[in-house]
Amino acid sequence: MTASPETIDQICKLLEPFNSTGKVLTPDTEIATDLNIDSVAVMDFVMEVEDHFDIEIPLNVVSETHSIGDLAAVVDARVKKA
Amino acid sequence: MIDLLDKHKPIAERHARMMAMGVNAVGLTNDKILSPTRAMINGRETILAGTNNYMGITFDADCIKAGQQAMAEFGTGTTGSRIANGSYALHKELEAELGLFLNRKHCIVFTTGYQANLGMISGLAGPKDTIFLDADSHSSIYDGCTLSGAKLVRFRHNDATDLDKRLTRSEGEEGGRLVVVEGIYSMLGDRAPLADFVAVKKKHGFQLLADEAHSFGVLGPHGRGLADEAGVEDDIDFIVGTFSKSVGAIGGFGAGNHPLFETLRYAMRPYMFTASSSPASIATSIAAIKKLAAEPERRDRLRANSARLFAGFKGLGLDMGCDTVSPVIAVKCADEVSTIAMWNALLEAGVYVNIALPPGTPNKLCLLRCSVSAAHSFDDIDKIIALFGKVVASRAAA
Repeated sequence: MTASPETIDQICKLLEPFNSTGKVLTPDTEIATDLNIDSVAVMDFVMEVEDHFDIEIPLNVVSETHSIGDLAAVVDARVKKA
Repeated sequence: MIDLLDKHKPIAERHARMMAMGVNAVGLTNDKILSPTRAMINGRETILAGTNNYMGITFDADCIKAGQQAMAEFGTGTTGSRIANGSYALHKELEAELGLFLNRKHCIVFTTGYQANLGMISGLAGPKDTIFLDADSHSSIYDGCTLSGAKLVRFRHNDATDLDKRLTRSEGEEGGRLVVVEGIYSMLGDRAPLADFVAVKKKHGFQLLADEAHSFGVLGPHGRGLADEAGVEDDIDFIVGTFSKSVGAIGGFGAGNHPLFETLRYAMRPYMFTASSSPASIATSIAAIKKLAAEPERRDRLRANSARLFAGFKGLGLDMGCDTVSPVIAVKCADEVSTIAMWNALLEAGVYVNIALPPGTPNKLCLLRCSVSAAHSFDDIDKIIALFGKVVASRAAA
């Protein structure tokens, strides 16, 4: 699955407020482990992504989505479907 | 070889940091329980203000007698599940008593409240269904959702409009839809706006489950919970609750009027594959539920105590968890280190409250959480307020 650069950019923008590590975000950044974001905050972040793109990303999908690139691919697939 | 416990090292480090600051805030030992509101902790008599013992019923003479008698008559344990070993007459009696209290046709009791949510949610929803759960739901709800295999959609806390939006997005998908909310949320003490959720239910059509763990016995003219208080009981399909709070025992329940409700007994793994609760616990639950029905003054006392503590904390200018009075009264603190320090100072001054830290809290909050009991005296409440004034308000001002 590949994601569009625009989607990746937008996800990085939405993720920045949750990133307290100062690490630079790339498609390979693992959202929970690299950025030390706890499970509840990851779900809160995904809610922001859902609302921005007006799509549903069920928690079951979130738990299998680790990197920014993975999430962007999920978003692209779901935006297209809607 | 990869050591399986390696992944927990960050937890061990966080715990070590807490231990370095004083006593173990998440592993406290009550050396002796003196009453529903007093314990000996670290050699000191301490006011208990973090027990969820809302009715203060744990030392009630009738409940103790009922438990002792059941233990003498039925033994110390049931040694198996109700499916494999059969029910005890006491289980049936408890379910009948509870059905009467709740005004529900069917009740199923579980060994713990945690299992009640696991069982009910996984029994109701399956892999083809969708569960919409409040973002601030208790872990037992999240775990029940995971066990169900259903599609999980999380909506913004207490936000019926957000739920409406998410239901609209998933319109036309296969399977049934279950919405899960709580009566009183355990961390901040706020209530679900049930009437708003019922309006969304009428618009979209789904089945609605309310977890009344912290509101059962506490809210409503009959003490049946938030649905009773809000006057929407007919619109709540399923109620879940616990015996470990207002009832002062251990166990949980699911209740409803659905004609197929009893079938859930053969579809809920957390009911089928665990031993049923001990005779003493079942018997004390029966006795306590009779008391909740017969002694509404316990609720009045709890309400008066809660209002007094809430007003006292407000008067100190503390940052409260929510704007409505309930027996769960939380104070927001600046950060983890200062919260642990204040918790320690409160304990040393003779009052025990709960400490709640992320990710166990919503929005990364650090909380000092009190739970009020009907057994607290006004004098106890005033002491708690005074100690929070000394320890918490002064620090916030500094």
